[in-house]
Amino acid sequence: MAVLVKIPTQLRAAAGGEAETSIDGTTVQEVLEGLVERHDELRERLYDDAGSLRRFVNVYVAGEDIRFLEGLATPVADGAELTILPAVAGG
Amino acid sequence: MAVSHLECKECGAEYAPEARYVCERCFGPLEVAYGERRGSAGDVGELRRRIQGGPQNIWRYADFLPLAGGPPGPSGRLASRVGLPAGCTPLIRADRLAERLGLGEVWVKNDAANPTHSFKDRVVSVAVARARELGYGVIACASTGNLANSVAAHGAALGLESYVFIPADLEEQKVLATGIYGTNVVAVRGSYDDVNRLCAELSAEREWAFVNINLRPYYAEGSKTLAFEIAEQLGWELPDRCVVPVGSGSLYTKIAAGFEDWRSSGLLEGELPKMNGAQAQGCAPVAEAFAAGHDVCRPVKPDTIAKSLAIGNPADGPYALDLARRTGGSVDAVSDEEIRAGIRLLAETTGIFTETAGGVTTAVLRRLAERGEIDPGERVVLLVTGDGLKTLDAVRDSFVVHGIEASVEAFESALPAAVTV
Repeated sequence: MAVLVKIPTQLRAAAGGEAETSIDGTTVQEVLEGLVERHDELRERLYDDAGSLRRFVNVYVAGEDIRFLEGLATPVADGAELTILPAVAGG
Repeated sequence: MAVSHLECKECGAEYAPEARYVCERCFGPLEVAYGERRGSAGDVGELRRRIQGGPQNIWRYADFLPLAGGPPGPSGRLASRVGLPAGCTPLIRADRLAERLGLGEVWVKNDAANPTHSFKDRVVSVAVARARELGYGVIACASTGNLANSVAAHGAALGLESYVFIPADLEEQKVLATGIYGTNVVAVRGSYDDVNRLCAELSAEREWAFVNINLRPYYAEGSKTLAFEIAEQLGWELPDRCVVPVGSGSLYTKIAAGFEDWRSSGLLEGELPKMNGAQAQGCAPVAEAFAAGHDVCRPVKPDTIAKSLAIGNPADGPYALDLARRTGGSVDAVSDEEIRAGIRLLAETTGIFTETAGGVTTAVLRRLAERGEIDPGERVVLLVTGDGLKTLDAVRDSFVVHGIEASVEAFESALPAAVTV
């Protein structure tokens, strides 16, 4: 169950320079966990001290904000695309 | 005042003043930090004189704007005439509106009187000036309409190529008034939030100045000029209350930040005004979080006639909530019917025809007045950020047109009241 994770420019230095990477998992939580296991430096970028996703981190599955889906429990299909983006753009 | 660096609003990390908007450590938004102000810091009289002697546009406030050099322009620091000079819009005392609402003193800041008929010319002027300092040749934006108008026009005025991204369901007037400038109009099938996500991705792949993405820290500073103007037009005094539209929350929070800047430099004294945010019920993530007592906003799918405020995922939501609470204000939401009535009320009592966003602020002012929250002694400023000609559908069929034959009899029979007048 591999998911394509798209990494924003701001995080690429902490992800070995990768713009995208393939991670196994069946939910958003599992995929993100797999991502930070591969790139330990990403953990503190994405999560606060309490272990929650930081409030300015947006996560999308197939273009949809996971807060409109089931949050971190949102299931991800094989071959799905998961995008991480900063929340502060626009307006 | 020259920009010194960028600073994360969340964790304080510092960055060089380049085209970047997000903290790499915590993803928080970056803000402009300033160095020493030019001239004699501390001499309020001289600072005021320098402002008053400046051009009739936002560059009179260049001491408080984030450029590395002085304001743009071939004719000296205080006389910029390049591009599309924005700002210096009327602040009008609206006694008949105040009377209708049972209030004492209401002023309307009519920012429809900008080159492309919305406040966006302020933020775009600043962002584009900074983009040129940084060497960009292409400007771009994610827009709910007014910003697209402004970016396209500023690109044309300055000879810069531009790309504007809008939701496909935008008002026809806004699309037409944008494309005419020779920009690249990209209508994205989706909501503004989809447009924004796409542009956040594109900004990483293109060497473009997205004014409200990678240039966002500079862009947002431009909104402070509304606060500067209001205070200067009130005779260097603060109002008691401001009613401001809330889309992303950037304008709302930066108006307060502008008042704060002038308080700390000694130009103004007194309390920060009560800041009332205004949203449409069909897209009210900030108002809902305010009512529920939350610190962060839950995103929504917009469905409202106030398309310029239809941002379901507001970037500055947490800061807007904090500002409303800190100043004893609120964030309220009004229905589409109230918005239409607000447009009408403002037009009938002031002669100002606003787009839907101004209907939202006027309707919220009415709501606050009806709730008895505004003391008759208060000086209230109502923000009107865009022109009614941009959203004509909102007022279609809202009044009677008397169609008659070209005869006196036909006129008198169609409008009998006029006979005795």
